[in-house]
Amino acid sequence: MTSRTVSRRTVVAAVVVAGMLGLTACSGGGATTSSSGKGPITIWYSNNAQEVTWGKQMVAAWNAAHPKEMIKGQEIPAGKSSEEVIGAAIAAGNAPCLIYNTAPSAVGQFEKQGGLVDLSKISGAASYIESRSGAVADQYKNTSGEYFQMPWKSNPVVIFYNKDMFAKAGLDPNNPKLSTYSDFIATSKKLVDAGVAKVAIEPAPTSEFFQTQFDFYPLYAAATGGKQIVADNKATFADQAGYDVADFWQTMYKDKLSSPEQYTGDSFAAGNSAMAIVGPWAVSVYKDVNWGSVPVPTKDGITAGKTWTFSDAKNIGLYSACKNQGTAWDVLKFSTSKAQDQKLLELTGQMPLRKDLQTTYADYFSKNPAYKAFGDQASRTVEVPPGPNTVEMLQAFRDAWTKSVVTGDGSVKSALEGAATKIDTIAKQK
Amino acid sequence: MTATLTPPAATRPPGGDSRRRARRPLGKNPLGLLFSAPYLVFVIAVFAYPLVYSVWISFHDFFFAAPGAQVERPFVGLQNYVTAFTDPAVIRSFGNVGIFLLINVPLTVVLSLVLATALNKVTRFTAFLRVSFYVPYLTASVAVVAVWLFLFNGNGLVNQVLGPLAPSPSWLVSEQWAMPTIALFVTWKQLGFYILLYLAALQAVPKELYESASTDGAGAIRSFFSVTVPGVRPATVLVLLVSTVTGANLFTEPYLLTGGGGPNGASASPVLLMYQDGLQQGHPDTAAAIGVVLVIVVLIIALLQNRFAGGQD
Repeated sequence: MTSRTVSRRTVVAAVVVAGMLGLTACSGGGATTSSSGKGPITIWYSNNAQEVTWGKQMVAAWNAAHPKEMIKGQEIPAGKSSEEVIGAAIAAGNAPCLIYNTAPSAVGQFEKQGGLVDLSKISGAASYIESRSGAVADQYKNTSGEYFQMPWKSNPVVIFYNKDMFAKAGLDPNNPKLSTYSDFIATSKKLVDAGVAKVAIEPAPTSEFFQTQFDFYPLYAAATGGKQIVADNKATFADQAGYDVADFWQTMYKDKLSSPEQYTGDSFAAGNSAMAIVGPWAVSVYKDVNWGSVPVPTKDGITAGKTWTFSDAKNIGLYSACKNQGTAWDVLKFSTSKAQDQKLLELTGQMPLRKDLQTTYADYFSKNPAYKAFGDQASRTVEVPPGPNTVEMLQAFRDAWTKSVVTGDGSVKSALEGAATKIDTIAKQK
Repeated sequence: MTATLTPPAATRPPGGDSRRRARRPLGKNPLGLLFSAPYLVFVIAVFAYPLVYSVWISFHDFFFAAPGAQVERPFVGLQNYVTAFTDPAVIRSFGNVGIFLLINVPLTVVLSLVLATALNKVTRFTAFLRVSFYVPYLTASVAVVAVWLFLFNGNGLVNQVLGPLAPSPSWLVSEQWAMPTIALFVTWKQLGFYILLYLAALQAVPKELYESASTDGAGAIRSFFSVTVPGVRPATVLVLLVSTVTGANLFTEPYLLTGGGGPNGASASPVLLMYQDGLQQGHPDTAAAIGVVLVIVVLIIALLQNRFAGGQD
């Protein structure tokens, strides 16, 4: 090796190292933030048409009254999921002040990343959250009892059914027999045998962690009167109620009343299935379907007023990259005020996480009776377990579920027990 | 009169070399460095830095944190590798991608070479045919996946044509058929690109060789094996390497076509698990360990391919 090549390589290496140092420098440092700072802020909201409409009117209403603390509102940038986009924004230090689409399952990770502001440390914040949401707010605390998210709105999961299909199959469309597992299966068989739909109900059978929230979770919540699937770092679902729920769904797949194949599009809207397991967001989507709704089934059947379900909530996060956190908190309160919650209800049909929802908006529910059941159901919803490992736990559960329940490989009991053991370990990770 | 030439070295004072080097620290053509700088910066920023950083992450307890957050990232040795490779799902994903490569790479090489040779001889509708093969490559996977879901689901066109021969459970929900179906999909989708590579290589095969082979009595098949195949060997090595590298990075298809690597992880790829571990579950350290091992495995395969298929080229 000549000294000339050494010299040239040294220069190239120096360039490489300098480049790396430069990049490393780019990733360091942090924005100067202030918990009381006032000034313009940026917020992100979901990209569905209804929430965009709500977001725009909320921003316009705030900006009209606060010319020195203007909000720049925009839809969450496109990505595989909102959570990935937010996670990347946190790591890059360019997250907005508020995100009106923060999934509770991701909050633990965002907190661990240092991306969220502890609302409990803002004067009066905890009492504001609790006075607005009541006891439901407890589910949105972390394990230390702190609020890193503002409970905002829920989409209580229920069973939608196609009244026309039920009538065509000779079933009573106004009082469908869907309250117990055996009734649900019998009704499903009648629907499929009558040929009115290819399958009775078609929850996504795929392996994504969040799909658990739309098959097992609502039924387990109903079966247990609102029990979390993980409590005190221990899985709770490997019990008789869990086995019963899993047996129910396994029968649905085994008897071809549900399909193990993913459907391209919306099966219920397309008339491929006679039922769907969804929340009130679906009302605007299913406007061409003559639908009815009932609570999710339980083993022995319980009244609607006592049935629990999965919340499918989306909350508001105040992000640590925000320079004007004082304004952000004021906007957060403004956007969850009684007036703005009414706008949310009217424009999106989603349920503000308010303890007095039905009485506060009595007019709305009397004018929109289709939403009354959701308003009632909103007070009995269960959230995903808190912490930084929520997604990992849900994925472990989902893997066991798809194997034993969807494809019928092995007993559901041993699958749930295996998942519980795995989740016990995951839950203890920091 | 005789002219004498003195070797230049003899006229240089002692130490002249080092003085010149001192004057030219950037080499003989410093302008070259300037011209190559943009690409060098690109390679460093987009490939070298992330690769080195990934290796570093794989040996530390690491997660993505907000700038300024006080986070400890202790060195953990091989712990992330142990965590990753004691997980049966990770081992299975490497097996899955092995099955994928065994189907996809040979099929890609054979089909693209045969089709490129055929297209090279076609005189009518040349542009139409070439574009037809290239369109799937240009089309977004998301759109094409939806079409394949319609084709390969239980009531899809493929099963209707096959009738009683259709597998049960159907292609994409069968543990045996999910990965081969994905391999077939990717082969079809990428074929246009590799056909173009071969078409370019075929233009460089001297026509005289075909004439000589014909004079010696070789038919079309004999010419193909004795002239075309050796003539496009550098392109074949390239196709092998590129299809192996892109195949090992399989992500979109198991993510969309089989709903997250289903059924029961039969179509999960290492990159899909890296995505789940690193981005969804907040364990980029374990994901990086999987990635580092994947890079090493792909490098070994590429070296073997170059060694055995590259010959002296």
